[in-house]
Amino acid sequence: MSGPSTYEPQTGIERWLDSRLPIARLMWDSFVDFPTPRNLNYWWTFGGILAIFLMIQIITGVVLAMHYTADVNMAFDSVQRIRRDVPFGWLIQSMHANGASFFFLAVYIHIFRGMYYGSYKAPREVLWILGVVIYLLMMATGFLGYVLPWGQMSYWGAMVITNLFGALPVVGEGIREWLWGGFSVGNATLTRFYALHFLLPFVIAGVVILHIWALHVPGNNNPTGLTVKTKKDTLPFHPYYTVKDGFAIVVFLMIYAAFVFYMPDALGHADNYIEANPLVTPSHIVPEWYYLPFYAILRAITFDIGPISAQLGGVLAMFGAIAILFVLPWLDTSPVRSMRYRPVARWFFLIFMIVCLCLGWCGANNPDDHVLGTPLKFVNFAQILTLYYFAYFLVILPVLGFTERPKERPASIEAAVLGNKPATAQPAE
Amino acid sequence: MTDQHGQEPTRRDFIYIAAGGAAAVGGALTLWPFIDQMNPAADTLALASIRVDTSPVETGQQITVMWRGGPVFIRRRTQTEIEESLAVDISALPDGLARNENLSDDAPATDENRRFTEDLLIMKGNCTHLGCVPLGEAGDYDGWYCPCHGSHYDTAGRIRRGPAPENLPVPPLRVADEANPAIVVIG
Amino acid sequence: MKTLIRNLAILAGTVIGAAFLTAAPAAAAEGEAHEPENHAWTFEGPFGTFERTQLQRGFQVFQEVCASCHALEHITFRNLGEGTGPFTCFPDPNASHEDDGHHAEPLCYDNPNDNPVILQIASAYMIEDGPDDAGDMFERAGTPADNWPSPFANEQQARASNGGAYPPDLSLIVKARAGGADYVRSLLLGYHEAPEGMTVRPGLHYNEYFPGGQIAMAPPLSDGIVTYADDTEATTEQMAEDVVTFLAWASDPHLVERNRTGLMVLIYLFVFAVLLWFAYKQVWSRVEH
Repeated sequence: MSGPSTYEPQTGIERWLDSRLPIARLMWDSFVDFPTPRNLNYWWTFGGILAIFLMIQIITGVVLAMHYTADVNMAFDSVQRIRRDVPFGWLIQSMHANGASFFFLAVYIHIFRGMYYGSYKAPREVLWILGVVIYLLMMATGFLGYVLPWGQMSYWGAMVITNLFGALPVVGEGIREWLWGGFSVGNATLTRFYALHFLLPFVIAGVVILHIWALHVPGNNNPTGLTVKTKKDTLPFHPYYTVKDGFAIVVFLMIYAAFVFYMPDALGHADNYIEANPLVTPSHIVPEWYYLPFYAILRAITFDIGPISAQLGGVLAMFGAIAILFVLPWLDTSPVRSMRYRPVARWFFLIFMIVCLCLGWCGANNPDDHVLGTPLKFVNFAQILTLYYFAYFLVILPVLGFTERPKERPASIEAAVLGNKPATAQPAE
Repeated sequence: MTDQHGQEPTRRDFIYIAAGGAAAVGGALTLWPFIDQMNPAADTLALASIRVDTSPVETGQQITVMWRGGPVFIRRRTQTEIEESLAVDISALPDGLARNENLSDDAPATDENRRFTEDLLIMKGNCTHLGCVPLGEAGDYDGWYCPCHGSHYDTAGRIRRGPAPENLPVPPLRVADEANPAIVVIG
Repeated sequence: MKTLIRNLAILAGTVIGAAFLTAAPAAAAEGEAHEPENHAWTFEGPFGTFERTQLQRGFQVFQEVCASCHALEHITFRNLGEGTGPFTCFPDPNASHEDDGHHAEPLCYDNPNDNPVILQIASAYMIEDGPDDAGDMFERAGTPADNWPSPFANEQQARASNGGAYPPDLSLIVKARAGGADYVRSLLLGYHEAPEGMTVRPGLHYNEYFPGGQIAMAPPLSDGIVTYADDTEATTEQMAEDVVTFLAWASDPHLVERNRTGLMVLIYLFVFAVLLWFAYKQVWSRVEH
């Protein structure tokens, strides 16, 4: 897509097709001969890993849909039937449930990689925004899917999240009943969540195509953040990055397989093996681990802010924490992309990552418990962390662009890779 | 990936072929669970055999039981029906084979090869034409008659006239145990 | 290579961290109850498996002790004779016991519908079926395809018969409790005198592992409450271990298959990763990087 196409149809059939639907040319230019910076490290393999996981989730999900029954009286039993009676159902169900966790793990690494190397900066703002859209859709899909097994956590998770909308002034009550299709989470809720859970992954796949399109216009960013200048800065995607991505995918799949086969419930919650009961709330409701940081932010707002009640404030803070990512390209004022050459920003970034992990920790714990036996309560800890979370985007990044003195950057990607050594071998072209 | 650089071509090619082969084998093996999951599940298979107590079925009476999602006819035939069936010339039948899963595929369609005991006839109740359920004690041969497309079966469930190509099939049958010969296991 | 190792280490750290984060609330939710005692199970770990004789003993304890109050909804009679289930294989009842030390070959059945032990267990229960031709419900002997019959018709009846407490379904109990098999075993063995100062409410029993410390279930096990067919001594400890093993199987009947498949998959992925690593080295040896 960048530069002239190098695709040459070899046979008559290929020429015939190429003049009618140049799909082979598109594939060739996108995934075979696509010029890719020669210095991409393993953090760049997570795009490929995510594509694989989207495929795993869609395939296992469609298969599960063949056996699942979306009815409050049968949903829980139908999942048990899948795990006990359907041939390989135990495997496919475990792949889907754990696949969601690993999909999120990969997407978080992918996002942090983009933030560290400045992949959101011009000319890749649209690429970044599409990525945030995918992330939002993933969160919605994951939430909807978690409701389907109709266990206690499914039910009460759905209850808590839908009640968030009830916090909105005036329209909240109406929206909540509209989401439920009743006066509580019930059969209508389950069936609509099932329909949407089936639909959204295909929307994600569509946005992923746009995401890849938006990637292939400016091309990949790279660890130096430098713009590709000459052909010597790049290598063809195939075989250099197909084999590197392939290796990383298989290694990641090994960790995934260890969970699927040996710890299928380690990332879940025991209460979800109890069928949903609208009369009994589990003693400690927690969302899946990948939502915990946002759950901590939600619970950190325990005070009214002017006319905004604490409840509404929490909801706004939680959605704000995601929404702020949309404007990140304009909040970071530094002209330098990669934090390799930003000696101050990289420390703030490191703290930001730790803050996100700690927010997750706060989300997993009772707000009134004390952090490691110190007088500090988790709720107050979460408040401090939330403050940093927003300050990072709203204060630190905008100010640093003006105050920070970046380190000297290499002249080109080629120079960064080869140093002073002369190039001895060139890629086969 | 042709050999442009000339060093150790065999070893290098081996790695590519081995990696490609491993990917193909892995992909093929991964496919199996996703195909197999559409096969009947264990709970469905568990219902694939049923036990039926045939003792309440009176002479000249038929009961229909549900087996593998379809009807099975269990009829205790009258002496007239049995004699009618025994008198049939096998060579003149449209389908001369017994179609009995308990016998070999080439067993002839004699009354002995069709029935379970002398008076008890047990067979699947879907017309071999297109699957409709034939009506009992009807048709030109005193057996069954399929109203969908006019197939006539005789008193041993053999096709005599009409579009159906085969006799009504006899499912796998056995007596549950010696103590209760009236309890029949179907499937 | 060094960066690769570092990256992988970080990745592994993230995964373990995530697992830890989810494990944390489970521990917190226990409140004042004691941490369950760690026990060595045959089904733990990547090579874990179920011992059939133990499952048979565990089933006996379940049937004779637990089943009078607890349901086992997700288990059918046939399940008991499928795969690693308790009665897929069993000692030949016709083999003479005065064998000279040799154990007779056990009888095995692939199809639980033909398995005499399964048929015997199932037919001992009356199952409501119907409606019959007159439109009435009737009772018939159980078949292998029937679900394990619940002792109570519904939750209300169960509560009414148990002083307001609802004996939970046991077919998922090992998965549905934080702490799993260790917790269930600890609970069965956790009945003691209440500590000084604690008033145990009438109808409840002190149990150090139960959240809140007071449980409606009376101590279910006592030495010799069952007589094992295989002459194992029926101590309370032994019965607790056996019945929890049976319940662990009931929660996860594909455990052994899962472990075995997992080993194959991991070996395959490892070999594939090694091959890709060398292919990667080959490809990149053509360029300076």
